[in-house]
Amino acid sequence: MMEEQRYVLELQHISKEYSGNPVLQDVSLTVKKGQIYALMGENGAGKSTLMNILFGMPVIHSTGGFTGTIKISGEEVNFLSPHDAMEAGIGMVHQEFMLIPGFTIAENIKVGREDTLPTLPSRVFGPDLERLNRPKMNADARVALDNIGLDISEETKVAGLPVGYMQFVEIAREIDKKNIKLLVFDEPTAVLTESEADQLLKVMQSLAAKGIAIIFITHRLSEVMQVADYMTVLRDGELVASKAIADTSAVEIAELMVGRAIEKLVDDDKNTKVSTEQNEVALSVKDLYVDMPGETARGVTFEVKSGEIFGIGGLAGQGKVGIPNGLMGMFSSHGDVEIFGEKLNFTKLGNALSKGLAFVSEDRRGVGLLLEESIAHNIMFGAMTTKRDYLSNFGITKLLSAGRMNRHAKDMIKLLDIRCVGGGQRVGALSGGNQQKVCLASALTMKPRILVVSEPTRGIDIGAKKLIMEYLAHLRQEEGLTIIMISSELAELRSICDRIAIVSDGKIEDILAPDASDAQFGLAMSAAAQNSEVS
Amino acid sequence: MGTNLGKFLFKNNVAILFLLLSVGAFAAANVSLPFLFEELFTRFSRNTFMVLSLLIPVVAGLGLNFAIVIGAIAAQIAIFLTVLWGGAGFVGVLMAVGMAVPMAILFGFLVGKLFNSMKGTEMIGGMVAGFFSDGLYQFLFLFVLGGIIPIANDQLMISTGIGVLNAIVLENSIHHGLDNVAMIHILDFAFFASLALSAIMLIVRGVKKQPLNLKQPAKVVLPLAVLYALGFIPAVGRFLSADRLMLFYAVMIALAIVVLYSLYHIIRRKESEKPTRFILYIVGAAVVFGLTYIPELERSLMVVRLPVLTYIVIISLCLGIKWFMNTKLGQNMRTVGQDRAVAASSGINVNRIRIIAMIMSTSLASIGQIISLQNIGTMATYGSHQQVALFSIAALLVGGASVQRATVKQALLGVFLFHTLFILSANAGQSLLGNAQIGEYFRVFVAYAVIAVALAMHAWVRKSNKQVITQIDPRVAATAASAESK
Ligand SMILES: Nc1ncnc2c1ncn2[C@@H]1O[C@H](COP(=O)(O)OP(=O)(O)OP(=O)(O)O)[C@@H](O)[C@H]1O
Ligand SMILES: [Mg+2]
Repeated sequence: MMEEQRYVLELQHISKEYSGNPVLQDVSLTVKKGQIYALMGENGAGKSTLMNILFGMPVIHSTGGFTGTIKISGEEVNFLSPHDAMEAGIGMVHQEFMLIPGFTIAENIKVGREDTLPTLPSRVFGPDLERLNRPKMNADARVALDNIGLDISEETKVAGLPVGYMQFVEIAREIDKKNIKLLVFDEPTAVLTESEADQLLKVMQSLAAKGIAIIFITHRLSEVMQVADYMTVLRDGELVASKAIADTSAVEIAELMVGRAIEKLVDDDKNTKVSTEQNEVALSVKDLYVDMPGETARGVTFEVKSGEIFGIGGLAGQGKVGIPNGLMGMFSSHGDVEIFGEKLNFTKLGNALSKGLAFVSEDRRGVGLLLEESIAHNIMFGAMTTKRDYLSNFGITKLLSAGRMNRHAKDMIKLLDIRCVGGGQRVGALSGGNQQKVCLASALTMKPRILVVSEPTRGIDIGAKKLIMEYLAHLRQEEGLTIIMISSELAELRSICDRIAIVSDGKIEDILAPDASDAQFGLAMSAAAQNSEVS
Repeated sequence: MGTNLGKFLFKNNVAILFLLLSVGAFAAANVSLPFLFEELFTRFSRNTFMVLSLLIPVVAGLGLNFAIVIGAIAAQIAIFLTVLWGGAGFVGVLMAVGMAVPMAILFGFLVGKLFNSMKGTEMIGGMVAGFFSDGLYQFLFLFVLGGIIPIANDQLMISTGIGVLNAIVLENSIHHGLDNVAMIHILDFAFFASLALSAIMLIVRGVKKQPLNLKQPAKVVLPLAVLYALGFIPAVGRFLSADRLMLFYAVMIALAIVVLYSLYHIIRRKESEKPTRFILYIVGAAVVFGLTYIPELERSLMVVRLPVLTYIVIISLCLGIKWFMNTKLGQNMRTVGQDRAVAASSGINVNRIRIIAMIMSTSLASIGQIISLQNIGTMATYGSHQQVALFSIAALLVGGASVQRATVKQALLGVFLFHTLFILSANAGQSLLGNAQIGEYFRVFVAYAVIAVALAMHAWVRKSNKQVITQIDPRVAATAASAESK
């Protein structure tokens, strides 16, 4: 009896093809009750696909299904839709946000499972016509939000929330489900800062302690070492190893993932450093206020020299994300900003873009990509539209650039190691990490004078991360590109930035050198907390 | 404040443009206000239900439902059968509805199935489905009826016996079947129905040993009982035995209700709440009351006689839609409308929800067409349904609705503005150009122009809303553009 119940989930010999390309081959794994099970692998290894199969996602069934068997608590199941999977007690936080911006947080947490009260018509026509019990929905949402320590009103609309908050809303939604046996987290920490991620890991551990099995996908090895009990590594759709965490090490996992030994994030970072002290000022920001919900900037002042790599870090909710969004005019903002000596006009939209400031948003689905278009199209489109005047004046050049398009796309695909069938592939059919690489390629193609990247390595595996960091360093060195990088990962900032500004409570608390001590960074980051404690 | 006003004007630019156009047309048309009022309220009672039937598909993300034509077709088949089988008056209307709705449910189901296989291109699909069904309908009425199914009825069939007449006169059938129900009958029915329902509810609760909660039914039954009792006073009884309510009285009753309601809230309010809002309501009511002393307006209000039951049906639908949007099914529709992928991954059966939305819309449209035709009194067998989608959609758009968002308020406003312009354009054309014929063409021209202008202006609003993002990331603009072209 007990023996049968040992495994919450058994995946046996799962294989899957997308239009003839095998993306999973004969993968088997088993997850026990209360276990935190890490699923690792490079971008495009097939992690999300495996989880989509488990959750009965429509994308699997509309592309020819899969082979193999799935057992839940020892019983074979055949999920035709996410609804079936939810009935069986499976919850999933998808890699891409599954939230409705126009709904409140509570509505999003309860979506598809709204609490209702019977009405006269519902007694006749069935439960579909029961009316929403909003007070109960709000109260439940509050409990779920409190459980994960998210301190925001449940009646706030999701639209405009910072991505970190959205991630927690997704998690709150899963926690609110009552009969959950197995929870899948597909890269939940990619958009979170270290402290937020810690908070999430704690939530996961407490869930596991209640007997819920958790499958955890992440590219951060330290998180796996910290919380996971067991792990499986996929490479190119094949299972390369399954091991208890106690029997392995971070280094070994990394090697298993890429199939070769991994060194440091950026080799010999000393070599890439150049002196920019004497250069002209590329971007000067004075007293910038940005009204972005949850990421308000309140009087930010800094200068970036031409050719510099300037990092902006800080805890979530302190305003670091608000800065680039404000500069680009995404949210209402005011202040004095000059780009190479020219004043930026906030009220004139797109002004930053025309002055040579390109932006890679942290919200790639929201403002980043055209999912139905090809990779090549996505890479080139931004550049083609910004030079629209030029194109319409000389119709022929349009044709010429269309010709160059594929060649350029091919270069970019190789340069950033975008794992795809070819430049013609639909971006929607790429793995999450590879979509992120397309975003980056697109911004670089605009040939900006200043590149602003927000969370550039979100969801990108360690191998590719190194590649991207090196490429950014190379662009700065060879072409004198000025780069402003906003990131939740301090290690990433420290690996290539010349200076790192730490934002706290909407202001720049300190600007530090990358080799400043951990203590100094910690101090700057927690400044707001300390100030409020003192006062 | 200034920016708020600007925003308000900008957001409502479509409605405002048509308001201005209407005022201009009124000045040019040289018609009297009572004439305009009478025409307007007739058209309002005819067309509003149909326009409201468009709302649910918009919420469910299916866009403007051009396929309501199919609902109208179901209604016309039902009306034909009603006339054939001698249905008349209110019972005739019920017969027609009873036959039309099952047909509309079937048709709606089929169209829903079709739309599910062409997600993203529903509007064009709806138009084509409308034309296709029109073809089938014509085949049925021109050939099958009489040609294959023998029908001996010279009121309905052309002299050869094959094919249905061009125009079916509803005079002795369902003409005004809904409009002409006397208020006293409505009141009687409402009173006894509420009694019966309350009794059933209490018995069910008693059997299930739940708390009886007498207050709840009493809230409905008691006011009705008071009205019912009042009906026995001869003067009131005589007033209630009419089937029309003078607009003037309707306005007075509405004002009285507003004042009583506000007073109730002011007296019953909690200490902490400010009564400002309700005081404003009362002030507003007083202003409106004062306005009725303007002779021209007073005369206009006296001229219009509202068909009571028809308006009750329309108001019920408005309230019903509001209620529906707060149910589980309504919320699911909103979810599907906002994002199908999210809905699916939350366990909502997207295709089922979309089909339900189409069934509801088509059924409501069929009832809407019956309401319209029972008021007009003749059915143009081959024409009554054809422009239904065009005019209803034009009206909805004029009210400020869009492909993604439409509310009851926009529908009501739209019907008023669109039909004001529709009425006036003919007269304006006539008095400006001195030719009745040109006036007629002018009407049709206005309808099409309205749709074109409304869609264009909407594109403009949408574009400037999106500008924030599109300027940063031109690719989003392209998504929007490609979504539109689909
Ligand atoms: N809808 C789709 N159609 C066709 N191919 C797809 C589709 N979705 C994913 N793929 C392909 O399947 C492979 C595995 O993708 P998957 O999303 O499972 O990767 P992943 O391991 O989750 O990567 P990441 O770490 O980047 O999220 C990739 O090569 C991807 O291009
Ligand atoms: Mg993935």
